Amino acid sequence: MSRWTKPRWASCLRSRAWPSALAILVLALLFGAVIGPFDMAPSRVGGLILGAIRGERAVGPEASVLFQIRLPRLAAAALVGAALAAAGAAYQVTFRNPLVSPDILGVSAGAGFGAVLGILLGLPIPVIQGLGFAFGLATVGLVLGTAAVIGQRGETLSLVLTGIALGALAGAGIAIVKTLADPDDQLPAMTFWLLGSLAGARPADVWFLLVPLAIGLLPLLLLRWRIGMLVLGEDDARALGVETGRLRLLVILAATLMTSAAVATAGTIGWIGLMVPHMARLIGGARFDRVLPLSILIGAGLMVVIDTCARSIAGTEVPLGVLTAFLGAPIFLGLLARGGRSWR
Amino acid sequence: MRPERRGPRLTRMRAAVPALFATLLLLASAPLAQARDVVDATGRTVTVPDAPARVFAAGPPASVLLYALKPEAMIGWVRAPREGDLPYLLPETRALPELGRLTGKGDTLNLEVLLQAEPDLIVDFGTVSDTYLSLAEKVQTQTGVPYVLIDGSFANTPTAIRQMAEILGVPERGEILAAYAEETLSMVDRVLAKVPEESRPRVYLARGAEGLESAARGAINAEILERAGGVNVVEGAETGLVTVSPEQVLSWAPTAIVTIDRDFARAAPTLAGFAGTPAVQDGRIILAPGNPYGFIDAPPSVNRLIGLHFLMHRFYPDAAEGDLAAEVARFYDLFYHVTLDEAAMGKLLAE
Repeated sequence: MSRWTKPRWASCLRSRAWPSALAILVLALLFGAVIGPFDMAPSRVGGLILGAIRGERAVGPEASVLFQIRLPRLAAAALVGAALAAAGAAYQVTFRNPLVSPDILGVSAGAGFGAVLGILLGLPIPVIQGLGFAFGLATVGLVLGTAAVIGQRGETLSLVLTGIALGALAGAGIAIVKTLADPDDQLPAMTFWLLGSLAGARPADVWFLLVPLAIGLLPLLLLRWRIGMLVLGEDDARALGVETGRLRLLVILAATLMTSAAVATAGTIGWIGLMVPHMARLIGGARFDRVLPLSILIGAGLMVVIDTCARSIAGTEVPLGVLTAFLGAPIFLGLLARGGRSWR
Repeated sequence: MRPERRGPRLTRMRAAVPALFATLLLLASAPLAQARDVVDATGRTVTVPDAPARVFAAGPPASVLLYALKPEAMIGWVRAPREGDLPYLLPETRALPELGRLTGKGDTLNLEVLLQAEPDLIVDFGTVSDTYLSLAEKVQTQTGVPYVLIDGSFANTPTAIRQMAEILGVPERGEILAAYAEETLSMVDRVLAKVPEESRPRVYLARGAEGLESAARGAINAEILERAGGVNVVEGAETGLVTVSPEQVLSWAPTAIVTIDRDFARAAPTLAGFAGTPAVQDGRIILAPGNPYGFIDAPPSVNRLIGLHFLMHRFYPDAAEGDLAAEVARFYDLFYHVTLDEAAMGKLLAE
């Protein structure tokens, strides 16, 4: 039991996993800041950023590209990756199932439905984003309510099954909206939205992501020890004094808040929330108190790398969903091959 | 005695058999006499009625062409016209039912619904590929209704109008519209001959409310920009609709932005990716009208002919020929069968 309860930050740091993940994230951010279709020398980027830190207000096309477009997009990518990975890590422990991803309770499908509905009604972009966020939250709320009515409270199986059912319902809603959409104008917009992209990220989006992420991450980080005990199962965790039902609800709410914000900003991006927690486990061991911070760092770093590729491989954007699989799968398989034995 | 009589009677009957057959054949071939064989763009020989009275258009581009040539033969819309389109359409076609589309990805049309509407001909106008060839064959086999596909490439427009008119049994009307198309294309060549390469715009086609959807060079959705002498700045890996980043738009530095989205046209000067482009700084955001059909694409059909006139006036105001409003009025009268009053014209061309 001490394996699960005793904090061992020292050994975690000694393992070098945590600092190297942080270093990779910082490198990815620096690299992403100097790469882009708009020609800007790295020294100029550095100068502008240092100037901004000193409080200078730079003007001109270069400053506008850097501060209005490139850096917000980098930040949004890092936040989306962190949110999805953290939500995935929390879900996998809470549901005691390594195949669970953040959209298991229908949050992505719900957010997707809200967004395509917004596109169909021709609403402004921030409203579409807000609708996606609200529908994502509402779907999970509905799942929790339905599961509480029809099943035993806190029963994970009935939760997951309700989530799958309502997720399918939202998926059907998306399909209906798509058939109603104008095929020349709205349908491509919906398809692109559902494929996932950060092309439209703006400074405001960073705040839109940052606030839910902070609110969602705080309880997860503070309660990481207790959440880690959920993996023992209902009875053992209870025996150790963990209020499993309430804790599970808290995890679900926190993860939903983060995922919903991520999906509303970047569209549905698969794979990150499922794979990154596994990568974290392969690198740093299975303890949730280590998996969570490591997942956040790896998720953020990976998403920044992927999005940098998405915007610089071709003149036009490559859908994020395509790249997460293309880049993520080999990395993941490599880790699996290297650490597969010790993982189990 | 009777047997002897029976002989000649039988003979007479036998003699009557071929005559009977001939009569039957004549009767059976009577409908055939009103039909003829046409070879469509896929090389299939299709037997079509002489004067089709109930025609279904398989996709939006065919729908526009059918409406322009023979609105009285329409049995429904692929997609019902929206509120804003109604004033620009013939009253008797406004209430036709929405039947769905056959072409493209994912049919929304139930073949039973189609047969219920009793078409005597299905026409399609657009890309000629094995996909559409097999679709045409499949639908024709399943429904027994002749299905004709006509090449919808932009350069082929005059020929396509004539072919479609011939098939629909309205060759005189087809001649008028085809002549208009020919005249439009040669007008474009005349104007472009006066404009040196370096004075032609580098164009970005902005779609969607954020303007970050576009169509890459070679895509059917942006074909008209290149025909009008513009250089499409979007060089994509694929030739279709694409998404781009604002930073990419800035680095392309388009000198003109064409859009069909009014919200985007209004917002462009405040959007990070567009504010710094030469197009915005020079005020060259070109909002293309879209009622009842788009000037640029949406759908890619004969509606783009007026788009060419429009782009000539917007791209090269000094070299363009004639008066745009008069041309629009003429086009709407010819192709859409409506007379535009001053208010309607003002609304249409408002920027």
